Amino acid sequence: MPKVTYLHADGTEDVVDAQDGVSVMRTAVTKGVKGIVGECGGELMCATCHVYVLKPVNLASERSEDEDEMLEFAASPRRDNSRLSCQIIMDEPLDGLVVETPEAQN
Amino acid sequence: MARVKFDVVIIGAGKAGSQCAVSLRDEGFAGTIAVFGDEPSIPYDRPPLSKAFLTGVEATEDLVLRAQSVYADQKIDLILDTRVIALDRLNHTLELEGGDEVEFDELVIATGARVRPLPFDGVDLDGVTGLRTIDDAVQLRARLQEADRVVVIGGGFIGLEVAAVAASVFGCTVTLVEALPQLMSRTGLPESAAYVAAHQRALGIDVLLNTPVKGLRGEGGRVAVVVLGDGRELATDVVVYGIGVIPGTDLAESAGLEVANGILVDRTLATSDPHIWAIGDCASYPSVFTAGVVRLESVQNATDQARHVARAIATGKREPYVSVPWFWSDQAEMRIQTAGLTTGFDETVVVGNREDGAFTVLAFLDGRLLGGDSVNASRDHLALRKILGTEPSLWSALLTPLAARAKEFSLREFARNVDSLKASETVL
Ligand SMILES: Cc1cc2nc3c(=O)[nH]c(=O)nc-3n(C[C@H](O)[C@H](O)[C@H](O)COP(=O)(O)OP(=O)(O)OC[C@H]3O[C@@H](n4cnc5c(N)ncnc54)[C@H](O)[C@@H]3O)c2cc1C
Ligand code: FES
Repeated sequence: MPKVTYLHADGTEDVVDAQDGVSVMRTAVTKGVKGIVGECGGELMCATCHVYVLKPVNLASERSEDEDEMLEFAASPRRDNSRLSCQIIMDEPLDGLVVETPEAQN
Repeated sequence: MARVKFDVVIIGAGKAGSQCAVSLRDEGFAGTIAVFGDEPSIPYDRPPLSKAFLTGVEATEDLVLRAQSVYADQKIDLILDTRVIALDRLNHTLELEGGDEVEFDELVIATGARVRPLPFDGVDLDGVTGLRTIDDAVQLRARLQEADRVVVIGGGFIGLEVAAVAASVFGCTVTLVEALPQLMSRTGLPESAAYVAAHQRALGIDVLLNTPVKGLRGEGGRVAVVVLGDGRELATDVVVYGIGVIPGTDLAESAGLEVANGILVDRTLATSDPHIWAIGDCASYPSVFTAGVVRLESVQNATDQARHVARAIATGKREPYVSVPWFWSDQAEMRIQTAGLTTGFDETVVVGNREDGAFTVLAFLDGRLLGGDSVNASRDHLALRKILGTEPSLWSALLTPLAARAKEFSLREFARNVDSLKASETVL
């Protein structure tokens, strides 16, 4: 199973086994990882699943136009490596993904 | 009879109740918190029940709003399968089913709503169902897998979503029956409603407007026929109804709190008792986005109100609730998104192209923008949310029906301009 690492603002981290085909948002929510809310259930309506992607760096550029606009509503500052984690679907090539959760989601 | 006390008690373990408990901790609230819910499952999300969960793409664990461990970690007592049956305002106590008593300092009522039953005989027939809970959805999915013919009663969002799934995923022959001349009559605008009707028909759904239902008839305990107002009969295997909900106001009402469609709260979301709050589907509140009081049924409303009340309780500061209302509905490949509150409009303008199937209907009253429906136009929807969330004096004189009708008008560009106006305002 591909692994995701969630780094938190308070210095702690969670390393979680993700299921293939499940989003980084849903993985966090079902495993009780803090810092990701996912209020709309992954529908690109809420921006409460905002993360900063640390690894792999090229993942940040895979944003769709809709995701890009939705990121404007994120509660924490948007950066070049901002993504909405409900739009990142886990699979084997993404094994070792590292994301940082923002200070606030809403 | 046991008696326990919590600093905050939340009645209802749904979207609003769960969010309020977690937000109290986010706001630094250190007191004791209990959430009582009468359903057996940990708080879950309802929108997928008529979408990805109904089709079978999502499983039960995908519906969970937060893992069980989150409540324990945050020291939130989540007490499920337990109904609160009475509220004693004078003594600040609740009575639980079974007789136990619970005392509180602050009470948040988040009891949501239940399906409004059909007003005629036959509702108990096998094969007739509403849709609100996981159990409802599991049962409905099993029925749709076996059914050839489905009749949906009610052309609101839930009925439309179920009809789309039944036709496009389960291949059923679907008839959707609506008593009024327009679909989504409560919240939708005429242009978007007409587009939705055409879209449903393109999915092969027979959409009957102006068609009240008189009753249901069964055979051997199973539903077999839907009888229409004009006497016509529709043979069917399954009947799904979505004719609105009944808000969970009983506790509040018997405790003497004011009820007006929902539990009546002020602009800060407090009831007539300052230590009792109501949020989500069960609450009627005066919105800055419309005249009078409204009771909304949406994820946005449940979660934003939950956060608002959590902040008020945690900080002791009572502020007016002003979040922009938004909502979405998915029907097969079509998505409709609304922002603002458009009831009472006197003029509409369509931005974008209806023929392309991607457009936004803006609604105005006396030349002032109330909000709008976006059909397959997510970025317009977000632009609209941004505009409505900005102080109206900055833009409302500029966004008139006349301006919106101009050929070169773009909601996204307008939103960007409003954004820069806002920025210069803050600098000044
Ligand atoms: C099929 C369906 C599809 C939807 N689709 C969308 C959508 O696409 N977009 C959108 O924005 N919204 C959608 N909604 C609406 C959204 O789900 C609701 O607005 C939201 O769930 C409201 O949250 P709530 O917490 O106020 O109420 P609820 O989620 O109803 O939670 C209230 C809870 O309180 C419990 N309760 C009630 N009385 C008591 C008592 N006395 N003691 C203990 N517990 C009690 C109830 O059983 C329930 O579990 C949909 C709803 C349904 C049913
Ligand atoms: S969960 Fe709402 S946008 Fe990602």
